[in-house]
Amino acid sequence: MKVHEYQAKSILARYGVSVPRGEVTDSPAQAREIAKRLGGRAVVKAQIHAGGRGKGGGVKLAQTPDEAHDLAKRILGMTLVTPQTGPAGKVVQKVLVEEALDIARELYLSITLDRSRGVPVVMASQAGGMEIEEVAAKDPGAIVRVGVDPALGMYPFQARQIAFALQLTGDSVRKGTALVQSLFRAYLETDASLAEINPLLLTKQGDVLALDAKMTFDDNALFRHPDIKEMRDLSEEDPLEVEASRFGLNYIKLDGNVGCMVNGAGLAMGTMDLVKLAGGAPANFLDVGGGANEEQVKNAFRIILSDKNVRAILINIFGGIMRCDIIAKGVVAAVREMGLSIPVVVRLEGTNVDQGRAILRESGLKITPADGLADAAQKVVEAVR
Amino acid sequence: MSIWVGKDTRLLVQGLTGREGTFHALACREYGTQVVAGVTPGKGGTIHEGIPVFNTVADAVRETGANASMIFVPPPFAADAIVEAAESGVGVIACITEGIPTNDMLRARGYLDRLAAAGKGVRLIGPNCPGIITPGQCKIGIMPGRIHKPGTVGVISRSGTLTYEAVDQLTKLGLGQSTVVGIGGDPVNGTNFIDCLAAFKDDAGTEAIVLIGEIGGMAEEEAACWIAGNLKKPVVSFIAGQTAPPGRRMGHAGAIIAGGKGTAAEKMQALAAAGIGVVKSPADIGRKIKEMLGR
Repeated sequence: MKVHEYQAKSILARYGVSVPRGEVTDSPAQAREIAKRLGGRAVVKAQIHAGGRGKGGGVKLAQTPDEAHDLAKRILGMTLVTPQTGPAGKVVQKVLVEEALDIARELYLSITLDRSRGVPVVMASQAGGMEIEEVAAKDPGAIVRVGVDPALGMYPFQARQIAFALQLTGDSVRKGTALVQSLFRAYLETDASLAEINPLLLTKQGDVLALDAKMTFDDNALFRHPDIKEMRDLSEEDPLEVEASRFGLNYIKLDGNVGCMVNGAGLAMGTMDLVKLAGGAPANFLDVGGGANEEQVKNAFRIILSDKNVRAILINIFGGIMRCDIIAKGVVAAVREMGLSIPVVVRLEGTNVDQGRAILRESGLKITPADGLADAAQKVVEAVR
Repeated sequence: MSIWVGKDTRLLVQGLTGREGTFHALACREYGTQVVAGVTPGKGGTIHEGIPVFNTVADAVRETGANASMIFVPPPFAADAIVEAAESGVGVIACITEGIPTNDMLRARGYLDRLAAAGKGVRLIGPNCPGIITPGQCKIGIMPGRIHKPGTVGVISRSGTLTYEAVDQLTKLGLGQSTVVGIGGDPVNGTNFIDCLAAFKDDAGTEAIVLIGEIGGMAEEEAACWIAGNLKKPVVSFIAGQTAPPGRRMGHAGAIIAGGKGTAAEKMQALAAAGIGVVKSPADIGRKIKEMLGR
């Protein structure tokens, strides 16, 4: 799960990570008041779930409270397009108004999972403000990596390694070390999958602060963090994906016109690949799960059909535990009830496959049976041509 | 021949008395697996579907000589169940549970690594996997037993239904399987591709290997590197997610292209460079193995 910058900062502050003073608002008038409280000069930052906001015009410096008002008015409600939002962009609903600080250096600091080693890894570089992937590609040696055993926690020397690698000096070493340790505690204790501070700011006064913050959380651990779960902003997510998640369906919307309904995540991805290989384009990823029933099939149909680009549907089910006759009944019931007008190609394999195929055949509905994976993809792609 | 599980496997089931646990334990028993015990804290001393239930894994192992465990415990408690099984001295643990918090798995894996360093290694398969099956001998997991057939092709996969797909193709082409291992779709797991490949290399009963990967992480690249230096047996591979968009989690917790890394294209390239028969379509897995075996 993703959260906004202001939410990430509020979580980090709880763990003792220094962040700039600031407040979030959805009103230009309040933005003026916040800027006044901050002493006049302030930065107005658009809050959306995507990076690159500055490049899209979503981060501006105001010299006076009135200017903060004007900038907030301009940014609120705008459709912000950044390299990470896609061409459609995202509508800004909130701005964060923060104190403007005297920048000495901009650094990079993050913690994420090193899957190969099976430990969280702290990454730091002096190239703050740049995407870490870009730094990794151009100058991998510029990134310091320190793996931390989650059972033992972070030792102070590990945090010092980071602080010295960032070439902090004097009292900033102590401040930087403390910040790294706080960040690690926040990462571990909130079950984050990413905690990224980019840029990490060294001020002219020697303070070390999180100028920006991005956190994502392990969905599987949200049950023990109700406060973080509360921070979910549904308006940032695709409405169809939100709807699907309510029915326990794993759905991701794509750009094509072949709707896909599959059991199992791997087979669902494999089915998308097949459609592409046959010359078509998948409209979605959809895993109906291992124990899908008639009701689930109906829900899945409804979600797929809500996407107006869909011109044919491919159902690919390998019935292991799931029985093909039950799936077939579900498909027939759903097609009948919804009065489907677009072609449906069904490939069934596995338990009770003969009964399943017979049910489809005898339904009298326009359902095209397919024989095998390749045949299914071929038939559905032909259907949309 | 086979790896890790076979006729001598004596299985206990953690979470036996739950709906899923009961259903699949009985399916395993029906397949021929010796299901000797169940563990549900608080229900020790009872008999469930003819299977004795114990309060702790240690009790179950002591009383029944169980040497493998299958876990159907809900996600918040599953890592605890893994460590309990590891402590009790069973040799193989298959954790079917999907949705275990990553941090819980990190700690459990750290624990297993320390046991291994002390010479008391335990093989954890999964979590978030279908389990492991040696056709005709022993099924531990949720896979449909009847699509399998004893034979000489080893199968390793991060995905459940895609594994069934591959096995079904092999069986229909007359190619049986030595052992089929689902290593699971989570970012942190117990057994990885290389563990399986090394075991299949040493198994005289395995002639060829199917490796099914998917987007996310570097496990396929690491496997390719290992195969290039260590393995002569033919390997066929399919990578799911060639059309997956970056930054999105495709069903499995571990199936995500992050920071431009973990794409199917990179994995397929690394595997092909190691001499592996990479197929673009999941429909071609069986045929490709047949071709590489010259049958």
